[in-house]
Amino acid sequence: MNASATTPPAIELKGISKAFGPVQANRDISLSVAPGTIHGIIGENGAGKSTLMSILYGFYRADAGEIWINGQRTEIHDSQDAIAAGIGMVFQHFKLVENFTVLENIILGAEGGGLLRPSLARARRTLEELSREYGLDVDPDALIEEIGVGMQQRVEILKSLYRHADILILDEPTGVLTPAEADQLFRILRRLREEGKTIILITHKLREIMDVTDTVSVMRRGQMTATVRTAETNPEQLAELMVGRKVLLRVDKAPARPGRPVLEIEGLRVRDDKGVERVKGIDLTVRAGEILGIAGVAGNGQSELLEVLGGMRPGAGTIRLNGAALPLHGRGADGQARRAAGIAHVPEDRQREGLIMEFHAWENVAFGYHHDPAYQRNALLMDNAAIRADTERKIEKFDIRPADPWLSARNFSGGNQQKIVVAREIERNPDLLLVGQPTRGVDIGAIEFIHKQIVALRDAGRAVLLVSVELEEILSLADRIAVMFDGRIMGERLPQETDEKELGLLMAGMSGEAA
Amino acid sequence: MDFDTIIQVLDSTVRLATPLLLACLAGLYSERSGIFDIGLEGKMLAAAFFSAALAAITGSVWLGLLAGIAASLTLSLLHGLASITFRGNQLISGVAINFLAAGMTVLIAQDWFQQGGRTPALIGAGRFTPVELPLAQTLSGVPVLGPVYAELISGHSILVYVAFLAVPATWWLLFRTRFGLRLRAVGENPAAVDTAGVSVIGLRYAAVMICGVLCGIAGAYLATALQAGFVKDMTAGRGFIALAALIFAKWRPWQAMWACLLFGLLQAIALRYQNIDLGGISIPVQAMDALPYILTVVILAGFVGKAIPPRAGGEPYVKER
Repeated sequence: MNASATTPPAIELKGISKAFGPVQANRDISLSVAPGTIHGIIGENGAGKSTLMSILYGFYRADAGEIWINGQRTEIHDSQDAIAAGIGMVFQHFKLVENFTVLENIILGAEGGGLLRPSLARARRTLEELSREYGLDVDPDALIEEIGVGMQQRVEILKSLYRHADILILDEPTGVLTPAEADQLFRILRRLREEGKTIILITHKLREIMDVTDTVSVMRRGQMTATVRTAETNPEQLAELMVGRKVLLRVDKAPARPGRPVLEIEGLRVRDDKGVERVKGIDLTVRAGEILGIAGVAGNGQSELLEVLGGMRPGAGTIRLNGAALPLHGRGADGQARRAAGIAHVPEDRQREGLIMEFHAWENVAFGYHHDPAYQRNALLMDNAAIRADTERKIEKFDIRPADPWLSARNFSGGNQQKIVVAREIERNPDLLLVGQPTRGVDIGAIEFIHKQIVALRDAGRAVLLVSVELEEILSLADRIAVMFDGRIMGERLPQETDEKELGLLMAGMSGEAA
Repeated sequence: MDFDTIIQVLDSTVRLATPLLLACLAGLYSERSGIFDIGLEGKMLAAAFFSAALAAITGSVWLGLLAGIAASLTLSLLHGLASITFRGNQLISGVAINFLAAGMTVLIAQDWFQQGGRTPALIGAGRFTPVELPLAQTLSGVPVLGPVYAELISGHSILVYVAFLAVPATWWLLFRTRFGLRLRAVGENPAAVDTAGVSVIGLRYAAVMICGVLCGIAGAYLATALQAGFVKDMTAGRGFIALAALIFAKWRPWQAMWACLLFGLLQAIALRYQNIDLGGISIPVQAMDALPYILTVVILAGFVGKAIPPRAGGEPYVKER
């Protein structure tokens, strides 16, 4: 694992700096990665990890600094240079052509001839060899849009291997994977390491770093703050290096004291836009003063459940809030009516459903609450000054940065965008808070804060329904866990009496009785 | 309707479908690469004028053709600059090109020829003449197949054959070559092409230029083969019908040919049957003239089914991490 004195590092970065306007994304970064190792780079969103890797892959030019590959000074002007230097990159959002086959995607840009048929035939043979060598099974003739994300990721890895990459960079590779798929990916990565490949893993998940890497570098605010051997560190230390202060990785909360039922769901059925039934008759109760967590792999009906509760989608069955039935379709089944009834909603996709990205922060703070008398100047006009004053209060209380109500939502980081949404909804002191993926794409510091706010609402005797695909989040935040699979509740568990393994089985549809 | 009439209508269909087909294939290249092009009409119009003008001045239809292609390429380059290099809105750029061509052609025509915005009528070598295919005369006596060969297949201008040969050529280029693979990929997901180390900008310019050449031929055909000279707004919405055909064909070359033949047939019928008398009720000529356009709307609204355009269509490519 140690690079001996004679073998040069696979990658050596010397004094890399890069600025975007006034923002210094990378500041004098130096990094050395030994060949045949898995090196983790960890840091919060906006710490400069992706910028650094984009420089290595030729997407950006560094303002200063040198790149050395296998002991050779290398100029990387574009992706072509990076590929030639033996660097392959698996992006967070896959760069695949959806309606092409696996094989067509693999040869794109590396066809090796003007005519497709011979290229495809050649690639098919090479692909078979690669699949065997690294244990990466794919169907070369499957269309990308018809295979799962785990398989798509394999195609991305194979694309790099097909181009003879010796250095593989993976940017947040597990963001879209189930726990089982992530484990499988890690097995593949270890196999690649055995075959002598060098791997750089960019992530913000501490568990992955601890699981799979040999060494780890921590980035904060554009700087490399530390490089340590994974065996000699622990998650708490890494989190502190990332954020720059001590961070509570666990959610610190008192035991719940559940009271009367706030939300009662009976026999709820929901169809999606295509008419497919996604929620197939579920019963749930959320009590005052408790957080009910819904665990499940994305696409098992959780989104539709949130949407029907939030008034964004019609459904069938019975929903009672504080004992009164809520209409599930037609009049009174919209977001406005739900808010009036005392339900606040932090939607799963803040950029599409929670915010209007081009609008100012203060305009976003008023969304859904336009009819609030405090926001009206008279019968005709809104009181924008009052909204801005309210926004400034929320900015201060939630530590939203930059503290500027006039900034467009787009110009806040993911964590601060989410804080705007959470502040808007929680500050209404709702009877029931619906929260979908509260910390998706949110950095550790903001996660801690958002979790605290949710717990505080619970402690104030409110009910919270939490939907998250992050098992860790469910386990640490929820007082009670219901696992959803294929539109049904597979079982309920108490977090202190279960673990990731048991929940993982339920999430995969294995019956809870045996577990 | 007798056999001869059918042959004549079909013959007319082929001639009328040709400019549609050339423009439709032009649009196919551009849109497959992710650049929407509603400026087909304008490019055709500019090509029609400049081909007729050069043919009138020099007396050579081939110089006219080159001038038409050059004019269309210039507008393509403009569209490329606006929508690829400067990442502007592709629809607005297309609309601007249409306006530019509509105004510019008449203005220059008036300045050069003083004939009320038209070019002089083309004669002799200033026009594309019909090409007699081998044995056409000999075989014309053979029943059924003879007239089909001699009247329908033989006797068109060279550009008609170019247009119909462009269909298999386009299919082959698109689905059998490296260039085609990359072109289709760049219209679906330019980021995939970019990260594979291939220039998105280069591919898109190539596609837009091919589009320019084909539109140029289409325009030249209108003014120097189908008709003898340029008149104001002579494209008469053909660029838009070609776009409709492209959607109808779901951006595929063979289907594009059939769609264009269908629209050509509608135009041929409208041309031939100007007044139809249905037992006392006569359908006015305007209704017949409007028929192809009305049917365009009907077909697009009702019969296309789900047409999925290239996924990156209309979106300028901005490098992202």
